[in-house]
Amino acid sequence: MIPDLLVYGSFMLFAIAFMMGLATVFTWVERKQSAITSDRIGANRCYVRLPFTSIKLIAWGLFHGVADGGKLLLKEDFTPLTYDRVCYNLAPWLAAVPVLLVFAVVPFGGVFAPAKLVDAATFPDLARHLADFFGERSYVMRVAGLDAGILFVLAVSGIGVLGTMLAGWSSNNKFSLMGAARAGSQMISYEVAMGFALISMVVTYGTLDLHAMVEWQSQLAWGMVPAWGIFVQPVAFLLFLTAAIAENKRIPFDLPECESELVAGYFTEYTGMKMGLFMLSEFITIVVISALVVTLFLGGYNLPYLTDAGFVFPGGATWTLPHWSVVLLQVGTFSLKTFLVGCFQIQVRWTFPRFRYDQLMAFGWKFLLPVAAVNLVATVCVRALALQGIA
Amino acid sequence: MKKRYWNEPTMGWWERVYVLEVLHGLAITTSVFLANMWKWMTFRKGALTAYYPEEMRSDYSPNNRGRHVLTQRANGEVQCVACNMCATVCPAYCIEILATADFDEPAHPKSPERFEIDYSRCIFCGFCVEACPEDAIRMVKDVPDFPAFDRQRMWGKIDLLKLWRPTVDPRKPYPVGVPRPAGHPDTKAHP
Repeated sequence: MIPDLLVYGSFMLFAIAFMMGLATVFTWVERKQSAITSDRIGANRCYVRLPFTSIKLIAWGLFHGVADGGKLLLKEDFTPLTYDRVCYNLAPWLAAVPVLLVFAVVPFGGVFAPAKLVDAATFPDLARHLADFFGERSYVMRVAGLDAGILFVLAVSGIGVLGTMLAGWSSNNKFSLMGAARAGSQMISYEVAMGFALISMVVTYGTLDLHAMVEWQSQLAWGMVPAWGIFVQPVAFLLFLTAAIAENKRIPFDLPECESELVAGYFTEYTGMKMGLFMLSEFITIVVISALVVTLFLGGYNLPYLTDAGFVFPGGATWTLPHWSVVLLQVGTFSLKTFLVGCFQIQVRWTFPRFRYDQLMAFGWKFLLPVAAVNLVATVCVRALALQGIA
Repeated sequence: MKKRYWNEPTMGWWERVYVLEVLHGLAITTSVFLANMWKWMTFRKGALTAYYPEEMRSDYSPNNRGRHVLTQRANGEVQCVACNMCATVCPAYCIEILATADFDEPAHPKSPERFEIDYSRCIFCGFCVEACPEDAIRMVKDVPDFPAFDRQRMWGKIDLLKLWRPTVDPRKPYPVGVPRPAGHPDTKAHP
């Protein structure tokens, strides 16, 4: 009981720190990456001065995120004259919390056995204490081990639309209302294509459990190539990524907040940290989408040829690694992959112009959905044939 | 198919597939990003932006003279005699001089107390320099110190006497027989 609490508590802490930290880093990455892509320097005037010295730590503008947070906290909490008090205050939380919850089922590392962390020959006392306390327990590194992981992801991320719609409705502002209406129709449209893409992945892997999916991807195809989802289901990968970016309401799908038409869309009337929560939830969503893409399509925490015992190369060569370094490698691999996929999303955001609204709807219903449906049918056929032993 | 207007864009098969064009666009931006990033990582500048107060643009004309300075006398005092000729000739009416007098110094009793140039009006024509009978105002190859960190210091009127950083101009002939200030580069040329 107590060991489980300790381990899962630390997993929770890690998950929250991972998401918040990476989201903050992504605000910086977004500034800098867009600047470098467009031949600019990017935000770099913010610094921390070491006390009693004149040494200024600029750190390539990393402190701008801190300054933003401080500024948002100190801003006046302005509210419109007529607004729905309950819904207005509830909406930012309803937008941010479900996003955080989604990460609960995502495995950010492989199997973790605390008793094996320390080498018994080098630190005999510590190893004995750990073994006494934790015994033979081993944990998959994720917060909640739900068997229906994918369904949880879909269900909880669907709540997010409630936050944006509530925000738009309760602000009592036409721009907000139009933004909310757009957000609602857009998120529902793209949820369908996303669901189809996810179902085809479920059919491929034969499980709803995210950890089992990652395990499936750790096998090798033809003894050489890692059997990652992107190689098995490239179409589903593109569909899921597109639909996920659309769910996140970022350019080229940022119709709900569309500055040139709707001021700031559904959060026009929000100020200070409430607006900050909407922005933060956008960046946390980048992290969560990246984590989901990595888990479903890019092999999760798998490095090619890395098993729980160490590296096993196709030629038969092995390189045995201690348990702690395998755990660190897996968590590091997952973090790096998530970071890179997030950078890719930011590159997408700074490359494409915004869709027109009818184009957006046509793209969702007339292109993404049929492609997803065809992909699903084809996947089911191949899977059925494989189960019959024909293919 | 007939075009509805003369420059109606036509899309080929390549553009219609859309996904390929999306990848094309991503490839363009990513290549620009990687090229610039490689420059930064090899300690070169991967941006077109001039990092302004610290870094000047290199494409200013070598003849660009954008800042007024007041010259000084041999004894370090300001050269200006507050005759108001520059203020009179100024086509933008942006020079304002408040004179003061010191009768203990009979050679130069009149001198400016304030010498203000309103940089929000100045057109940098250089007439003030030409009008000056005393060679008291010059324009140097620089730009005025406009950028500031608060609005109080962004005021366009700049008192040249307050910002006066007197520097010795080695090209300015030094009167013979007057003791030179310590460290003046002109010491050897005029014994």
